[in-house]
Amino acid sequence: MRIPCPLCGDRDRREYYFGGAALTRPAADADAQAWDDYIHNRDNPAGVSREFWQHEGGCGAWLVVTRDTVSHAVIAVARTKEAQA
Amino acid sequence: MRLSTGGLIDRARPVTFSFDGVTHRGFAGDTLASALIGDGVRVVARSFKYHRPRGILTTGSAEPNALVTLGTGAAQDPNARATMVELTEGLAARSQNAWPSLRFDLLAANDLFAPFLGAGFYYKTFMWPRAFWEKVYEPAIRRAAGLGALSGLPDLDDHERVQAFCDLLVIGGGPAGLMAALTAARAGADVILCDEDSVLGGRLLLETHTVADQTGAEWAAGVANELACLPNVRVMTRTAVVGAYDHGTYAALETLGPDAIRRGAPRAAFWRIVARRAILAAGALERPIAFRNNDRPGVMLAGAVRGYVNRWAVSPGRQVAVFGNNDDAHRTAADLLAAGVHVAALIDARAAAKTDLPIRFFAGAVVEDCMGRTGVEAITIRTPKGTERLQVDTLAVSGGWNPMVHLTCHMNGRPDWRDDIAAFVPRVGAVPGLTTAGACHGAMSTHAALAQGQQAALDALADLGLTAAPDLLPSAEDAPCRITPLWAVPGKGRAWLDFQNDVTVKDVQMAATEGYQSVEHMKRYTTQGMAPDQGKTSNVAALAVLADATGRGIPQTGTTTFRPPFVPVPIAAMGSGGQGAGFAPERFTTSHLASIRRNAPMIAAGLWWRPSYFPAPGETNWRQSCDREVGYVRNAVGICDVSTLGKIELQGRDVGALLDLVYTNTFSTLAPSKVRYGLMLREDGHVMDDGTTARLEPDRWVMTTTTSAAGLVMRHLEFCAQVLRPDMDVSVASVTEQWAQFSIAGPNARALLTALIPGFAPLPFMGCGTVTVAGIAARLFRISFSGEEAYEIAVPARYGAALFGRLVERAEAMGGGAYGLEALNVLRLEKGFITHAEIHGRTTAFDIGMQGMLAKKDCIGKAASQRPGLMDPARERLVGLKPAGAVKMLTAGAHLFAKDAPATREHAAGYVTSVGFSPSLGHFIGLAFLKHGPDRRGEVIRMVDHLRQIETLCEVCDPVFFDKDGARARG
Repeated sequence: MRIPCPLCGDRDRREYYFGGAALTRPAADADAQAWDDYIHNRDNPAGVSREFWQHEGGCGAWLVVTRDTVSHAVIAVARTKEAQA
Repeated sequence: MRLSTGGLIDRARPVTFSFDGVTHRGFAGDTLASALIGDGVRVVARSFKYHRPRGILTTGSAEPNALVTLGTGAAQDPNARATMVELTEGLAARSQNAWPSLRFDLLAANDLFAPFLGAGFYYKTFMWPRAFWEKVYEPAIRRAAGLGALSGLPDLDDHERVQAFCDLLVIGGGPAGLMAALTAARAGADVILCDEDSVLGGRLLLETHTVADQTGAEWAAGVANELACLPNVRVMTRTAVVGAYDHGTYAALETLGPDAIRRGAPRAAFWRIVARRAILAAGALERPIAFRNNDRPGVMLAGAVRGYVNRWAVSPGRQVAVFGNNDDAHRTAADLLAAGVHVAALIDARAAAKTDLPIRFFAGAVVEDCMGRTGVEAITIRTPKGTERLQVDTLAVSGGWNPMVHLTCHMNGRPDWRDDIAAFVPRVGAVPGLTTAGACHGAMSTHAALAQGQQAALDALADLGLTAAPDLLPSAEDAPCRITPLWAVPGKGRAWLDFQNDVTVKDVQMAATEGYQSVEHMKRYTTQGMAPDQGKTSNVAALAVLADATGRGIPQTGTTTFRPPFVPVPIAAMGSGGQGAGFAPERFTTSHLASIRRNAPMIAAGLWWRPSYFPAPGETNWRQSCDREVGYVRNAVGICDVSTLGKIELQGRDVGALLDLVYTNTFSTLAPSKVRYGLMLREDGHVMDDGTTARLEPDRWVMTTTTSAAGLVMRHLEFCAQVLRPDMDVSVASVTEQWAQFSIAGPNARALLTALIPGFAPLPFMGCGTVTVAGIAARLFRISFSGEEAYEIAVPARYGAALFGRLVERAEAMGGGAYGLEALNVLRLEKGFITHAEIHGRTTAFDIGMQGMLAKKDCIGKAASQRPGLMDPARERLVGLKPAGAVKMLTAGAHLFAKDAPATREHAAGYVTSVGFSPSLGHFIGLAFLKHGPDRRGEVIRMVDHLRQIETLCEVCDPVFFDKDGARARG
């Protein structure tokens, strides 16, 4: 599998660290359910999945990778700094 | 039988080799298989299950029969396909799966019991008693059935793993692949061309076809020459592409040639090739027709028979019959005639077939049986007029050709059935970026292969943004592919499908009868296609037989799943570099050599190597050294290399705010030139790491992490900065290796630094600043992991060795010296400081008594850490332990129980994490986690180490054993 890093270009997935589902951290005063969902509960989608990956073996950028878990197609990649702006 | 003329062999270079100890001769350019045929060897192997004599069936990597063992001892290489082994001087090959000898194999008795050994035999026979399976049945079956064996010794051969990138990967160097590579190469694309064979040309080397008015081999050699001269082309012969993976990634196995190995090249290299586009031009594999005793030595594929004649000038026999269901079989008869080999008959199953060849011709006829125990002696044919027996020594069989769709199915693609050529062809787009051309695309003529190769390259070039005008195609034959399917000749007796796993037509039919009607079930029940050759020559026929037995069509029956690797890949190649320590890097501190010179035993701390202790003359065990080094720090001054701790520099306006999020305690309030201890949680409320962070300047900070968590914390900081708070102005960089850092600890630390650093002004406790040492700008921190007045000094790594030497020299002059990890551990234990032995991933701030460090602000892990379950007083919480029984020893890993409780799991109350002998206190001390821990101080409990058989009583106490108010560190 290869992921195109917006800064470095196309790279082997071994250069990346998988950071789990691209979730938004709850507010400090969010209820227990929101924190439970953020910390523990995960979807296991057969299809499009939005995930955090870090190009740890490259530039260090954290990325939001949108990919298809069935076809393995990488649909979109953006730096988190831009994806969340 | 070697023919007197012809072939692509070098008759000027004879080669001597041996098979089963018998000396044979061949020529350079031979394979082991062609040389054996040339010397008249017919039986080369015994079959897997029935131990039937077997001969060579094919010319290539799909060979199911001719597996041999090469080499001896550690170099023993089993299951080498004789058809792929290049003949070299002195080559020694041995047969497999036969005892005592290939000609007289006692286990051939299995063949007599064949009626009992059919499909499902194991499942039905060895059902009970159940306990017998592992101890009796399986070992016996494994002895009786099998292929070659490994030596069991470590593999001493070199292998390599290699990466490559290209615009276009062309798989297969036959007419389609050569044309594709040439077209793309001339257009300037970066091309890799792989072919399994040692010579480019593919099928052209085995045929008499002309291309552009040259022989096929000459044309191929011309193209190969041009490709070799182009700098943008890498030609990889002896390289099988074995797997297709995501996003243009391909795996390939390159077997180095005998000459290269002699020059010191590795035996094989496992390649990961990333290609923007790929063209599969792998060709097609001929398939046999099943009939009674069709596995006799001397029954060969028709394309292989003429291949041996044309390329290697060897004839498998003197009296050859040809049997087929398609026009291509006629070529074998023609080529044999042209080479002067007697063709006894051409038998075509198609009633309307015709031939102009001057030979006996039977249309609408089939071969029913084949006689001759160790080689074909005669065949029985059934013609429209009746049956006839023919004396022949070789039978060439062609059931048609199967396009090599394998790689196109590696990403779960399924091939499509084409009635006109009676074969499966690849589905377009099955592997993104890969197209197919030539015979593997179902185009069976040379002209079509050349045309499709060219077109596939032009399409790929367009995708790559390169333009090319098509060259004029070389002229070549364009015969139509005419075939009428025939999979198995009906009749009595056993007709073989899978030669390598001994699966017969009856086995497949029995599977269908017994309800294993899905092709995947049939495969597993009969073991069809499950041998190392993965059923390359047999799968399609087997599923056709299954389709017939179940009354479904072939497309409805479908294929089994093709999986990588396409050919067997030695684990040694795939795992190259992984033996022993493998590619794991070793990290050395700048004081490494100095430590070695002082005879310090080095121990691994993650990837780092650190000195355990520094033995002094006369010391006979490590405890003596450790106690002495602890004494340096407590009484004089000790020097320790602490460079392995993670060092992360943070810069920006918002570092303080980010650290407030990362640490449980507040950092934004830290004044410049001050250092603070911080505790980090994971978002699930458990402790991640601890360490100190110094604010060097208002917007410039440096964090230290524990040695083992340096990478983890670095990644975490990047996550917090880039994902959680991308709005903050913070940059993070790991500087662990840029700075060498040493601890100077003990009552004399200040005096040492005063003498070392001109104008040294003592820092306040938890202060930091810059100093100049020997003309070098250094960072100085007053922090203590020992409980003494201590400093850590950091210099650019290139000065580390020199500084360490100077520090140790001065320390020794003051009654101290270097100390290692053992002393470091005792010193921190005496102070109750935690390490990852305590913050091991399952402990919370509450558990280690640091709940007070959670400030009134949000931080990572804050929300989760407040859950009642993580604040339960009954949790296992940090305590100190000291021996209170007859045994004065504590052991890490031991379990804790109430004094009178039995030492069983149900009564477990905690466990010991760290222990050491405290020379300062004169007894063992330990840190432990104990239910209700801090509430039980003073209680005597039971420690049991089941593993080491040590038991004692110990007293629960405060984890800080020494200088409880910390006056010594504050100075």
